[in-house]
Amino acid sequence: MTITDTWRPSAVEQERIAYRRRRAIRSVLLAAASTAVLGTLLAVGVTNSPGWPRVKESFFDLAVAQDSLPAILDGLVLNIELLICCALGAMALGLLIAVLRTLRGPVAFPVRALATGYTYGFRGVPLIIVLYVMTLGVPGLRLSGMPSTLVLGGLALVIVYGAYLAEVFRAGIESVHPSQLAAARSLGLTYRQTMRHVVLPQAVRRVAPPLLNDTVALQKDVGLVSLAGPIDAVRAAQIQVAEHFNFTPYIVAGVLFVLLALPLIGVTDWVTLRAARRQGARS
Amino acid sequence: MSPVLQCRGLRKTFHGSVVLDSLDLDVAEHEVVALIGASGSGKSTLLRCVNLLERLDDGTIHLGGEHITDPRADADRVRRQIGIVFQAYNLFPHMTVLQNILLAPVRVHRRARAEAEQAARTWLDRVGLGNRAGDYPDRLSGGQQQRVAIVRALVNNPRLLLLDEVTSALDPELVGEVLSMVRELKGDGMTMVLATHEMGFAKQVADRVVFLDGGRVLEQGPPEQVLGDPVEARTRQFLSRIIEAGRL
Repeated sequence: MTITDTWRPSAVEQERIAYRRRRAIRSVLLAAASTAVLGTLLAVGVTNSPGWPRVKESFFDLAVAQDSLPAILDGLVLNIELLICCALGAMALGLLIAVLRTLRGPVAFPVRALATGYTYGFRGVPLIIVLYVMTLGVPGLRLSGMPSTLVLGGLALVIVYGAYLAEVFRAGIESVHPSQLAAARSLGLTYRQTMRHVVLPQAVRRVAPPLLNDTVALQKDVGLVSLAGPIDAVRAAQIQVAEHFNFTPYIVAGVLFVLLALPLIGVTDWVTLRAARRQGARS
Repeated sequence: MSPVLQCRGLRKTFHGSVVLDSLDLDVAEHEVVALIGASGSGKSTLLRCVNLLERLDDGTIHLGGEHITDPRADADRVRRQIGIVFQAYNLFPHMTVLQNILLAPVRVHRRARAEAEQAARTWLDRVGLGNRAGDYPDRLSGGQQQRVAIVRALVNNPRLLLLDEVTSALDPELVGEVLSMVRELKGDGMTMVLATHEMGFAKQVADRVVFLDGGRVLEQGPPEQVLGDPVEARTRQFLSRIIEAGRL
């Protein structure tokens, strides 16, 4: 709304504005000073330590970093591809399981029991064991049309993360107030329609932050498929470390992972903000 | 003419406490019935049972001659004939006003979208909310939200409209806009059952006032009689408390 009257701040308000501005400037200066002091202390402490020259040489060697970057980036492409496929797969599986767990009625009993058993089981088993069983055990069956190790490894990730995401989705579904269900059912919507149009849209929006949080965790765990052979960024860094007798490639891989996580985290914040704004949180 | 709604011997308990106790109630076509009574007397529970949101412990409910508390009855189909408006509006926060109103006509009643939207907009204009169709519920005042909730129920052309203390959550100055809407609906000939604490309003709009006490109909009749010259001691006691609270 545009303000069309001729209001000007009174003397009191002007004085308050000036005071608040002075306080703001003061706190910015204080924050800068305290950060500078702490940063200097840390830098001096680390660089003056007796082992610093050797650590610097073996962890922060620019030449090694440049040399190992292409190989690590090659590995990172695999990480990103796996991340996208596994994240989508795990979310679809998690959502399906969460919805199955809310079904009622005797016919749905086996489905419900299976879904519950799945979330209990696969949240308990260590990811690495599922990965080994899928990539080393399953091919042993020698079935025809067996997918590659990479696909099997990806499936292991989807199965394990699906169990976690199912619980996230279930929390979201249960957080929708019963009065919303009553309103939907009273309009004549069936259980399915109520889920589809009223419960799930609200549930998914509410759990978007924890959902993307798990996606960031998945981003680091997709690298574990390298245990079964495929070369991801961390494995590539490990190979580079062995070639150069220098640990710098690990730092390079670490920095790349952080850079990869930043947009994901940014998207989470943006999604959450947008949902809040659309529902009128701004006045 | 047979009544639109016929309740016989309704019984409902929650965790051992009896909320409805062999309650009988008939509502004729075009009749407006106001349910009054203290909190916990069973007004809301009765409305929720009629809409099959709660399962009865005993008794039968017939809607337009159809036995709707038969477990073989299709609850979704029954609910399509009944509109209910809740005390807390229960609008869907992730949908705009228009989307809230169109959900049931389009998804449940399979009406053409354009035709349903036309009907929705006509209703919104009529209740003075024509310019808020694209807004999310959070941006509306309580009175506006409640009017949207009533439109959401009405757009499906229900045979029976249930209003569950629709003004209890509203500021006094917003109560009027909702009540005048209900008054207009009475003019349209809508059959309504409303639970209310607004005795003045019950007096104006209701054809019959039903006083519930301990899950039973203790007294019923024309508003002037039940509210002005009640027979039962409990009714008088209830009304004198209401007058003390300044609501009559």
